[in-house]
Amino acid sequence: MVTTSEVRVESQIEELQEKRPIMVVIKGLLRKEPVGAAGALIVLAMIIMAVFAPVLTGYDPELNSFEHMLTPPGSQFWLGTDQFGRDLFTRIVYGARTALFVGFTTAFIGATVGLVLGVMSAYFGGRFDLIFQRVMDVFMAFPLIIMALAVVAIFGTGVQNVIIAITIPFIPRCARVVRSNALSIREIPYIDAARALGYSHTRIILRHMVPNVMAPYLIMVTAFVGQAILLEASLSYLGLGVQEPIPAWGLMLQGGAEEYAESAPWVAIWPGVAISLAVFGFNLFGDSVRDVLDPKLRSQ
Amino acid sequence: MWQYIAKRLLLMIPTLIGAAILVFFLLRLIPGDVCELRLAGSGLYVDPAEIELCRNNLGLNDPILWQFLSFITGLFTFNFGESMFTGRPITYEIGLRFELSLQVAIMATVTATVIAIPLGTISAVKQNTWIDYVVRIFSIAGIAIPSFWLGIMIILGLLIFTQAWFGTAWMPPIDYVPIWEDPMRNLSQLIWPAVATGYRYSAVATRMTRSTLLEVLREDYVRTARAKGLLEKLIINRHALKNALLPVITIIGIEFAFLMGGLVVTEQVFNLNGLGKLFVESVLNQDFSMTQALVMIVVIVFVFTNFVIDVMYAWLDPRIRYS
Repeated sequence: MVTTSEVRVESQIEELQEKRPIMVVIKGLLRKEPVGAAGALIVLAMIIMAVFAPVLTGYDPELNSFEHMLTPPGSQFWLGTDQFGRDLFTRIVYGARTALFVGFTTAFIGATVGLVLGVMSAYFGGRFDLIFQRVMDVFMAFPLIIMALAVVAIFGTGVQNVIIAITIPFIPRCARVVRSNALSIREIPYIDAARALGYSHTRIILRHMVPNVMAPYLIMVTAFVGQAILLEASLSYLGLGVQEPIPAWGLMLQGGAEEYAESAPWVAIWPGVAISLAVFGFNLFGDSVRDVLDPKLRSQ
Repeated sequence: MWQYIAKRLLLMIPTLIGAAILVFFLLRLIPGDVCELRLAGSGLYVDPAEIELCRNNLGLNDPILWQFLSFITGLFTFNFGESMFTGRPITYEIGLRFELSLQVAIMATVTATVIAIPLGTISAVKQNTWIDYVVRIFSIAGIAIPSFWLGIMIILGLLIFTQAWFGTAWMPPIDYVPIWEDPMRNLSQLIWPAVATGYRYSAVATRMTRSTLLEVLREDYVRTARAKGLLEKLIINRHALKNALLPVITIIGIEFAFLMGGLVVTEQVFNLNGLGKLFVESVLNQDFSMTQALVMIVVIVFVFTNFVIDVMYAWLDPRIRYS
């Protein structure tokens, strides 16, 4: 005998399971999170720029052309050229590749390693957790850029080393947030149940705990991408990051920008606009992701 | 309270020792060793005797435990050894530049506080109005705009502005004069980097002020104050802001330690001979003894600032002291 209330519950479940058309979902999100949508739009534009770079521009980002040195913006070179005669628009478009590559790789690896370490620390608890916490304290005592500079001092410059330099300081920052979330999950009876069933530690951690801390993890990943892009630009600007002739926004501001600030301001302006917009976009997007995923903040 | 301070002080020790171990061993991770990389890294032929001499000077031939102990005692006695690049004592090199960086750091903090607290307050009070949106965009932009680019734009703006108004382009002076010798000259040089770093710094603090004030404004005691007919201005200034500023103080404190990182790039833009520039140069010149000393100093400042914030927090909020 099926009661009416059961039927109602079932129909509600069906309603929830029914796939809403993707456009409706997007429209709903747009209405609820207009700021985040704007951020997502900037991010999307950047990804398109990076993917379709060769289509968007006919110039070579690395080829010097001395007859076109420091040409002002115009119909031939939309944003002008730099002191080596390279088209700025082209270098910005290709620079999006470097920025996104460094941003996504460091954010993903840093947050993921932090996720696993943080959950492990919470799950095993006891002495392991205590020692782990102290080690994280030590890592957190280094400001982000100082840690990155120290790593560069050891491993040297270049894209690969920049990725290492940015990833390492991200790990403890994510591990700490994930750990505090995982601590409360460990107390929920289903973990005890899993243990009583004789599941291995690895299985409990990966299948039962990790999926439940996905919200803070995703929040950290989105927040990290913007930070990483800014950090990479700073390192490259200092001459300690990505090296010539690879197009990178921070690198474009090194050397030429200040020297030619007066005679060729476009060299100094556009790469900075690109960095600011990109970080702005990722931050707006990240803020919205946090609002959506963090129920405590949702009401505000 | 004293018990709390003692407890916090004791907690600092393992962190600092851990950081010292980390820094010490990081620089020993270098393939070959510091001397080999520095002298022979470029591929040129170097007399092995020279490398040996360098190792002897740096004490790299001593047992590793002995090296570590002398590194630690050096930290306590402010004797960091000599720079591998200039050959002068590191303490002397730092002493030359310390004053400038400290002044910029303090000026940036003041700039940030002066911007952040009023903006954050007005943004919270006028929540969801156009004022709020403008302030929020202003502060999000502050986090997104790289401070070195803002610095370049300030220089560019100064050049164009002075050219248009006075006919000659003006640039901030390049050589540093202490503030008590020539305050005008000193300020006209250092105000710009302070604004460039302070803007970013203020962005974080503005957001913090806004969100904590919003939280406090929902508390019962604020409703009580409103119910008894207090002026809105008094409610905000006397009742709400006092409680909301605690986390803001924390953020300002934490960011003060991070200023060191901000200075690394800004000093480069404005060509200021401060600690940040020294840091970048030490990395560029592979001056490992200098890098090691500077990283350690930043960590010590950072950990100590955190300690001061915690103590202040406990002093201002008795709930923390007793928990």
